[in-house]
Amino acid sequence: MLQILVEALAKTYRVAERAPGLAGAVRGLVRRRWREVHALVDVSFSLEAGELLAFIGPNGAGKSTTVKILSGILRPTSGRVEVGGLVPYEDRVRHVARIGVVFGQRSQLWWDLPVLDGFDLLADIYRVDPAHYRRRRDELVAMLRLEPLLGQPVRQLSLGQRMRAEFAAALLHDPAILFLDEPTIGLDAPSKLAVRAFVRRLNREQGVTVLITTHDMHDVEALAERVIVIGQGRLLADGPFESLRASVLAERRLYIDFAGPAPELEIRGVTVRTRTERSLELAFDPAVIATPKLIAAIATQHAVEDIHVDEPAIEEVITRFYDLHDAREA
Amino acid sequence: MNALALYGRYVVISLRAQAQYPAATLLLTVGHCAATAIEILGVFALFDRFGPIGGWSFGEAALFYALVNIMFSIADLLTRGFEVFGADFVRTGAFDRVLLRPRAAALQLAGHEVRLSRLGRLLQALAVLILASRLVPIDWDAAAVATAVWAVAGGVALFVGILVLQATLAFWTVESLEVVNVLTYGGVQAAQYPLNIYPAWFRRLLTFGLPLACVAYYPVLAILKRPDPLGAPDWLLPLAPLAGFAFLALSFLAWRAGIARYASTGS
Amino acid sequence: MQSVRPYLAAFRTRFQLMLQYRAAALAGFATQCWWGAIRIMVFAAFYGVHAAAAPISLADAITYIWLGQALLALLPWLADPEIGQAVRTGGVGYDRLRPLDAYGFWYARTLGWMLARAVPRAVLMLLAAGIVLPLVGLGAWAWRPPSGMAAALLFLPAFVLMTALAAAVLMLANIVVAASLNERGVNAVLTPLVIVFSGSLLPLDFFPDALRPFLHVQPFAGLVDIPFRIYFADLGGGAALQGLALQAGWTVVLVGLGRLAMERMMRRLEMQGG
Repeated sequence: MLQILVEALAKTYRVAERAPGLAGAVRGLVRRRWREVHALVDVSFSLEAGELLAFIGPNGAGKSTTVKILSGILRPTSGRVEVGGLVPYEDRVRHVARIGVVFGQRSQLWWDLPVLDGFDLLADIYRVDPAHYRRRRDELVAMLRLEPLLGQPVRQLSLGQRMRAEFAAALLHDPAILFLDEPTIGLDAPSKLAVRAFVRRLNREQGVTVLITTHDMHDVEALAERVIVIGQGRLLADGPFESLRASVLAERRLYIDFAGPAPELEIRGVTVRTRTERSLELAFDPAVIATPKLIAAIATQHAVEDIHVDEPAIEEVITRFYDLHDAREA
Repeated sequence: MNALALYGRYVVISLRAQAQYPAATLLLTVGHCAATAIEILGVFALFDRFGPIGGWSFGEAALFYALVNIMFSIADLLTRGFEVFGADFVRTGAFDRVLLRPRAAALQLAGHEVRLSRLGRLLQALAVLILASRLVPIDWDAAAVATAVWAVAGGVALFVGILVLQATLAFWTVESLEVVNVLTYGGVQAAQYPLNIYPAWFRRLLTFGLPLACVAYYPVLAILKRPDPLGAPDWLLPLAPLAGFAFLALSFLAWRAGIARYASTGS
Repeated sequence: MQSVRPYLAAFRTRFQLMLQYRAAALAGFATQCWWGAIRIMVFAAFYGVHAAAAPISLADAITYIWLGQALLALLPWLADPEIGQAVRTGGVGYDRLRPLDAYGFWYARTLGWMLARAVPRAVLMLLAAGIVLPLVGLGAWAWRPPSGMAAALLFLPAFVLMTALAAAVLMLANIVVAASLNERGVNAVLTPLVIVFSGSLLPLDFFPDALRPFLHVQPFAGLVDIPFRIYFADLGGGAALQGLALQAGWTVVLVGLGRLAMERMMRRLEMQGG
């Protein structure tokens, strides 16, 4: 069952231009210039209930714009959007009651209120049945280990703590769909792991549909089976991350530590990336020479101490992808 | 939880936060009281030097002053969210979060912050009201009290409407909102004197354009049991505050249009 | 010249920043025109009843009001929000690290802030109330030029002194804000004091006659009442010079107090570790 449907979505902004310097400031008093920014151009995709989708793209690509349109606070210039059968920006109140949104670094909780008071207020705002609210709240507090933080005003929390409270706040009203806009940004490593684990659980055990936008490729690696890449307002890829990787970089890396000095190697399909006295880092295309064959070719000829196969870092894959599509930061 | 109950929750939360700093809150209230009270000094100095004007003594003029300040201070208490809307919600993008909640934006803004210090203006206005009642003296029979309450209600509606309009302006530009002070503080400045002292074009502006006369002038005439020196029929006098409510309704139409625009252009 | 550069830079950046807000400038202008108009109407109504009771002519009162609106930004009725902000974010400590005279730096910044807000509005107000009004036949309600050569010449130093005095008052207020971390409290006291005693609410002579001697010598008189009365020669010759002396004297006193207060505050910050 399709839960989210996006068809030919487009969004164009008009932005005022301002020249720098004192002269420009004075000119700005008299005449304004406008230019058009195409934030989204013909984007189409759909999600089934219970899916987890990662939205990646360079800065300014249109990820946040898409999330804003899906959550109903921004009206597109053209195209069709349906979430759970509703058109988000036309049915705002009904729509937002069914979704949860977490913006990285921006908290929805009240700055001076203790966390628990903020939760209680949200329950009133979302009209959650009191018994149901208490159960859900206690469940989330346990899952996110918020017990010691409940009495503290939000402004006293660290970023990691705030994000955990944010997640709980976004889920108190049991939304079927969760939008996460760069939720791990600025978090320390343990907090990132905790957030990913939580989102995974939410999606796999409780069937919450999750759409996450992120820069952090490890978020993608940890969470998403399906990835959409957006660049300069256009949809560049939509599918499993593995096929994305394969389409861009069909490359593997082989790291070898030799017993003796590192030898010269001339094998078809293999490039030497780094050489030290006793080790080599090789890049090779498994389509040209299969991994076991390559290992055998080297090990039978030279004394090898250690071998390690790996793939290029995700960041490299993605950067290569952006480059291929001329989609670098706008 | 219905809208009124939720509003009550917001108010309680706001008051509790201020109650944590009682000294600062008190200081602010006293300060606001002093800052607003200087106006009556000006009114008094002028009456003292020049004598009665437009058929009014200082005591009677003080009644106009008191009522318009009471109206504005109550409206001020209710609309902090709208007042800071441009700077604290639109410019920061915090309005997005307001829209992500399944409640009317206006309700959330109304509950944003209830500043006790604004009672400072109310306090000095009440003091002047008592002063006026003694000086004239005013006969506070049931009709007069009812008229006063009704006038204040209409006046609160009018000023709330103006402040909602100010917030609505923020959807178009976050920078020129100061101009609405012409209507709020300027309105109080103008209406703190009996309106018949002003030239005809200004009176008409304040009756049909911004209906301050309807909430501040005509009802006071009814309370003082004086016919309008300008000839408006007596039965009109108590009904006039309706104009304040009409104005409020129109402001909310503009507000809705503003939100629609925000949704089109983003922040 | 080199030593003055940082102060000039502070002045210029503030000025540039203020120019960007064009819509705000126009809106502020409209607001003030309205304000002036209301107050003029009130005066006209009272003068209509008993003009003889007034200490100055209606034409002079009207000029007084327009001058007041034009130069409202030079009235130190609110502590500088940037200073309050700097205090709250702990920026005060950084000022100490810069190799400058702290008071002088802040004073220049304050001057920049005030003049940047004053100049555009004053120009607009001059155009509207001084030129357009007479052109459309409303000359009776216009902002008149200074009453004669002597008044005009004396107004120049009066204007300079009023600005210097305003900056000194604002500096003292800013320092109290920085020291007490209580911007609202300071403004709560500053605003009514300045508005009443500068002559902004009413020209000081409109208050009961018994208060006159006191009102004429207190420090805030030099902010509005004295310079404006010099402008339309209500204060002429010797009296004008006395007025100038009063402005200058109070400026010196307030600058002195300000520097002292700043010294103490900086020393206290040093002891607390900033």
